[in-house]
Amino acid sequence: MDLIKEIEQGQLRTDLPELEIGSYVRVHVNIKEGNRERVQVFEGTIISKKGTSSRETVTVRRVSYGVGVERVFPIHSPIINKIEIVRKGKVRRAKLYYLRERVGKGAKVKEKI
Amino acid sequence: MKKCILGKKVGMTQIFDDKGMVVPVTVIEAGPCLVVQKKTLENDGYNAIKVGFEDVKEKRLNKPDKGHFTKANLSLKKHLREFRIENADQYEVGQEIKVGDMFAAGDKVDVSGISKGKGYQGVIKRYGLHTGRRTHGSKYHRGVGSMGSNTSPGRVLKGKKMPGHMGVNKVTVQNLDVVKVDSEKNLLAIKGAVPGPRGGLIVVKDSTKPVKK
Repeated sequence: MDLIKEIEQGQLRTDLPELEIGSYVRVHVNIKEGNRERVQVFEGTIISKKGTSSRETVTVRRVSYGVGVERVFPIHSPIINKIEIVRKGKVRRAKLYYLRERVGKGAKVKEKI
Repeated sequence: MKKCILGKKVGMTQIFDDKGMVVPVTVIEAGPCLVVQKKTLENDGYNAIKVGFEDVKEKRLNKPDKGHFTKANLSLKKHLREFRIENADQYEVGQEIKVGDMFAAGDKVDVSGISKGKGYQGVIKRYGLHTGRRTHGSKYHRGVGSMGSNTSPGRVLKGKKMPGHMGVNKVTVQNLDVVKVDSEKNLLAIKGAVPGPRGGLIVVKDSTKPVKK
């Protein structure tokens, strides 16, 4: 199994900040359209983290025009340009799936000071 | 067939391709293999190379097995396989076959292994037949079903699918992609799953499927 670990270690990125559940983040994604390359930014709250080492993913949720949008990012993927942490949240569980059923003020995560 | 190598399944993981997409891969520790014997048209009636893989202690082999190696003064190997390779005359006895020389990323390959043993299994798991309904008064769930007609033919037809031992067969998966080759560590990353348990012997050949254009 060590060979598998070695391969996964080789794919890890070290330039990422520590991502915590409930944090409001800005994910910059490289997008290739034909020959042009541009950066798309996705903003939202981290509601779940899954997997270990190079398989780790993060689910980011935001509500845009009243519609909930969730994107799952494999955080060690080279298409991720950078991840900015805007603010940290004060949360008491590892998965914030309860946010999906809430709207308005109830769907907010308190800021950690 | 132009390419062939023996290897050992290491396990599965995922890697990122150049577009940043996640590709599920099986990692195979392939080679280095040793050419043990060359078969020629004049001598044996066909062209082939006999290849050994993985070092083994002397006391693990019996006398006939050892003979394959001692004849040409080579180191002992655990596994022996013969390949009817097209360019067999280009290989020499004692030559090492390495993954880096054989395969490159983007190649299509056929991969064979011995599948995991499943034990004695019923007809549903073994052949994928349908089950009876669970509810509505049904008392027939996972049975074999009808054995056939009555007086004529008066016997159960040969090949009737019945329960029995499942697994531990040679299974080949065709047309898999080679995603990555690490010639330094002798590793081969193949897209998708490969038959057999971790540590099982794997045979990788170039694909017999025609190349699509």
